[in-house]
Amino acid sequence: MTEMPSSRRSAFQVLTGVFSLPAGARLGAGPTIAALVLALIVLASICAPLYVPYDPLAMDAMSRLRPPSDEFLLGTDPYGRDIFSRVMTGGRVSLLIGIGAAIVSVAVGLVIGLLAGFFRAADGIIMRIMDSLMAIPAILLAIALVALNGPSLSSVIIAITIPEVPRVVRLVRSVVLSAREEPYVEAAIALGSSMPKILIQHLMPNTLAPLIVQGTYICASAILIEAILSFLGAGVSTEIPTWGNIMAEGRSYFQIKPGLIFWPGLLLSLCILCINLLGDTARDLLDPRMKKREG
Amino acid sequence: MFGYILKRLLATIPVLLIVAVFVFLLLRLTPGDPAAILAGDAATPAQLERIRDRLGLNDPLLVQFVTWFGQMLKGDLGTSLISNTDVVDMVSDRLGPTINIALMTIVISVLLAVPMGVIAAWRHRTWIDFAVMSFSVLGFSVPVFVIGYILIQIFAIELRWVPVQGYASPSDGIGAFFSRAILPSLTLATIYVALIARMTRASMLEVLGEDYIRTARAKGVRENVVLFRHALRNAAVPILTIIGTGFALLISGVVVTESVFNIPGIGRLTVDAILARDYPVIQAMILLTAGIYVLVNLIVDVSYSFFDPRIRY
Repeated sequence: MTEMPSSRRSAFQVLTGVFSLPAGARLGAGPTIAALVLALIVLASICAPLYVPYDPLAMDAMSRLRPPSDEFLLGTDPYGRDIFSRVMTGGRVSLLIGIGAAIVSVAVGLVIGLLAGFFRAADGIIMRIMDSLMAIPAILLAIALVALNGPSLSSVIIAITIPEVPRVVRLVRSVVLSAREEPYVEAAIALGSSMPKILIQHLMPNTLAPLIVQGTYICASAILIEAILSFLGAGVSTEIPTWGNIMAEGRSYFQIKPGLIFWPGLLLSLCILCINLLGDTARDLLDPRMKKREG
Repeated sequence: MFGYILKRLLATIPVLLIVAVFVFLLLRLTPGDPAAILAGDAATPAQLERIRDRLGLNDPLLVQFVTWFGQMLKGDLGTSLISNTDVVDMVSDRLGPTINIALMTIVISVLLAVPMGVIAAWRHRTWIDFAVMSFSVLGFSVPVFVIGYILIQIFAIELRWVPVQGYASPSDGIGAFFSRAILPSLTLATIYVALIARMTRASMLEVLGEDYIRTARAKGVRENVVLFRHALRNAAVPILTIIGTGFALLISGVVVTESVFNIPGIGRLTVDAILARDYPVIQAMILLTAGIYVLVNLIVDVSYSFFDPRIRY
């Protein structure tokens, strides 16, 4: 029996293959800067407890709504908490939700998409359900889910994940549908390989590249949706500082303390911008055909 | 053509049916007692019983569904758990502001985004192209409400050109309406413009490389005719598609924008209902928005043949 080249690669080989640049290609300045800025924001968020000057939760009635000064870099909020400490700490939960939602939606979408793409019988039903889910606006569905399941971290991640899953399923299914016609898959079926083996070893590696791209976009949109959920009062419990929660508290004080919305908003937008730029770069690298079209 | 529309209309039925089942199960399959979730922590047993009674939660699941679905087909979506008013009335009272703002947003978005995309593709790899692309990446990255507050800060607080918040219907005077609707519409339009401009540019780039464009230019057709009549018409289908699928973004944006600008539309109604756990209203809103989304995409599909006569149904 001869080797089946395109499917007999380890996950590691596939991954390094995915990220190696084509010969002669160079990353432009944009993606490099984006990666650096993002790394800086992530690092600053993770290490926040090491360097922020105040406890982000400590209220102080004596120093409410202070302007920015040497003592309080960005001033204080209506409860006398240091805004700088809160914004830097807030990134941790926001990023966690983004990454968590991306991983969960990709994992769930991958399984459902593989099944839909491979089993004709299941395809029709699964895709109708996915179409219906896509017809419900993501934000509405997410706030309804959080309102019913409570404002815990896991319930927010689930609420953000459910509307994203159909997009992943569609993507995986379309990749599987074209890959299953390839001779090596037909050969594997003819040789009597077991179903899980065909799915995991032969079909799944094809979905890896598009899923990495999709995963970055989901991560960006999850951070955005977390902020919107918190803003509408349906996010993580208000005791936990997240970018969304800080901005939500800033709503009623917008005219006297715009910084409560602008600083977390700036950091969040910068973060999403970088993730989106990296996603675009990854897409261009992984799918040269796309690059040509987008210019 | 008519047969095609009918076929497509019929095809939306299973989608809407699954949405209905989903909305129905959303509350019933939530872990815990649905009545307790809706009533909140401070509910008395009598209140819980009243909610169970109102929503028929004591019946078997299938009976509940058949009753609920039957009433829905008759146009009865129940009454609000909070205000006891009819849900259909509540929603139709609030529909006006939302429709006006949404229409204004779509008009602004298309008028801005399509020329932006066309020019970016026409002047490919110049600073104009770069500016348009930067704007469209930025538009995706800034949360809708942050854009809203930035616009309020600049135009309402610093420049004092328009009121900070509120809404006036066009019947109260066109000036009053526009001065209050312009900021929410611009806020909502940002992400939509980003989406449409990006797609227009991509689609135009592809078309501008075609032979017939070179032919048109070679025989001396004026450049704006080449761009807007020859190229744009052929680039229209993906643009229309993105306007349709982007409609979900618009609906989500409405929910946020109406909260920022204090507009009494269905977005505010939905957020208030969700926070108060007024389930009949939540149900109605999810069904309505899903219905609108499906309908808009149906209209978009049908309009393809208008822009591209090669598509026949």
